[in-house]
Amino acid sequence: MLLAVVANRVAMALLTLAGVAVVVFVLLRVVPGDPVAMMISPGAGPADIAALKAHYGLDAPLLTQFWIWIKGVVTGDFGTSITLHVYVTEVLAARLPATIELAILALIVAVLFGGAVAIAGTLMRRTFGETIIDGLNSILLAVPDFIWALALVLLFAVAIPVLPLTGRIDPELAEGFTTRFYLAESVLTGRFAVAADIMSHMAMPTLALALPLAAVIVRLLKQSLKEAMLQDYVLLARIKGFRELRLVLQEALRNAVGPTLALTGVQFTFLIGGTVIVERIFSYPGIGNLAIDAVINRDFPLIQGLVLLFGLIFILINIGVDLSVAALNPRLRHA
Amino acid sequence: MEHWSPTSISAAPDTGPAPPSIAVRLARDPKVVFAGGFILLLIVLAIFASLIAPQDPLAQNLLAGTLPPAGFPDAEPGFLLGTDGLGRDVLSRVIFGARISLTVAFVAAGLACLIGSLLGLLAGFLGGWVEVVISRLVDVWMAFPPVLLSILLVAVLGTGLHSVIAAIVVIDWTRFCRVVRTETMGQAQMDYVVAARTIGFARPAILFREILPNVMPVLIALLTLEMGIAVVVEAILSFVGLSVSSDTPTWGGMIAEGRKIVHEAWWVLAAPLAALFATVVAFKQLSDGLARSLDPVLRR
Repeated sequence: MLLAVVANRVAMALLTLAGVAVVVFVLLRVVPGDPVAMMISPGAGPADIAALKAHYGLDAPLLTQFWIWIKGVVTGDFGTSITLHVYVTEVLAARLPATIELAILALIVAVLFGGAVAIAGTLMRRTFGETIIDGLNSILLAVPDFIWALALVLLFAVAIPVLPLTGRIDPELAEGFTTRFYLAESVLTGRFAVAADIMSHMAMPTLALALPLAAVIVRLLKQSLKEAMLQDYVLLARIKGFRELRLVLQEALRNAVGPTLALTGVQFTFLIGGTVIVERIFSYPGIGNLAIDAVINRDFPLIQGLVLLFGLIFILINIGVDLSVAALNPRLRHA
Repeated sequence: MEHWSPTSISAAPDTGPAPPSIAVRLARDPKVVFAGGFILLLIVLAIFASLIAPQDPLAQNLLAGTLPPAGFPDAEPGFLLGTDGLGRDVLSRVIFGARISLTVAFVAAGLACLIGSLLGLLAGFLGGWVEVVISRLVDVWMAFPPVLLSILLVAVLGTGLHSVIAAIVVIDWTRFCRVVRTETMGQAQMDYVVAARTIGFARPAILFREILPNVMPVLIALLTLEMGIAVVVEAILSFVGLSVSSDTPTWGGMIAEGRKIVHEAWWVLAAPLAALFATVVAFKQLSDGLARSLDPVLRR
């Protein structure tokens, strides 16, 4: 039964991706700016321009261009970036690990921080402490990553200048990596000084992405926990003499975590969308920062590749969330 | 405002004392009063910007560049929040910047609401292939990262206020569509709709006179929330340099300038960021307050 669900979701995902491909292709073809006009040297004549257009396949009819592109995409060939003069797949492979590390670190921080505050709020329920947590959180819920990022700049780069403002790693330390997953690799190979430098570079963008998600987790998890604390099994455990913290962690949390898990998955896609502007603010070399450059430079093949990549990531996360929710829900499991 | 309450068919016999009217409930809600008051103040500032702003927001004075705000050493009178790199008054630019932010908030959010909720109403009420087509369209739309899509759209449409508004509408109609579709589907199952069908009301009449008023509270709360989102999106696009031309002061444009000279003049970033923060929080709080005060179930 689960297999049928998976097959259905994958078919839907492919349909959605095809839709994304068509939308982005059509959109880009109505762009007024001409990518070739931006790369010709001042002395170039019409013949040079035509040759350049032919080189990038921009002179063919729209449908032909689309067919060539789709044929390439299916075989893993996304074309060549017009501004960077390298294969789109190569650029994406070089930049994606930085964004993956940032997004996953932000997710971990959000879950730990949001979870801790939700549990603390549940322990303090019906006290002044809970009122403060709720009041603060209702403000934090409104603040997007863009504002967080710039507030952190003011706080940790100007008021208390302790964190590096831009980049992913001190350039002098960026030697001797075999993968592009700098943080994971430096931790796994025991180079903790390098890892610490990377962490200090990632601290602000990570927090900016994590805090909006943490606020959402606090609200939903605390509500679910408070409801769970009223259930009979918690009352039974309380009669047995279990301490309050143990009641929350061992009895309530297990039953309350489901809805939060589903919502966190959905919100994780928003977090990844947020990397675009947050990476820009901190000059972080991921795919989000790359996307803004690609759009400003009208680099068609690169934009197409990036949008499909973002679409694919979104869809994979959604499928993952659906499956884990189905796997965790006993009623759906046997349906 | 009366037509937001459940209509004649849906109204249950009310035995208790009459519930307070919507106006009273709104006036009693601190979130509505304070957040709504702040937004009103902002609207007044934006409309009368040329009377209220102490300086010309475009007047450059290279000799008075990066003056700090009042109270800091080297501050000069007349520049309460200091000056930017070109010697322009930061306070006056923040006040004038509210014009663009609020224009985008009301026009973009209003249009997104109109289009999204119309499609949502149709999908939820008609069902069948209409619902399938609209839902699939929403799915495809939501597979794009919103920030990337908005930048892409503005690159396609060209920079400027119209493009920013168009981009927000094109992206965010899905928010309204999804929520309104779900709400409408729920309402369409209710007894009062079944009763209206039985009496023989025409379908447009059921949709707009019976269902729409009951979806309205959710819609108004969502619209207020969307206004805050639109303000942020405009700021982001200005920040990237894709909104109105740099002659017009915008919060996002000021933030971009401030980000570049943050080590020399932090106030150029801090002032518009604070304005943006307060505006976004106010729209969110107003939305929460409206949702609570207008909810027909909580109202009883």
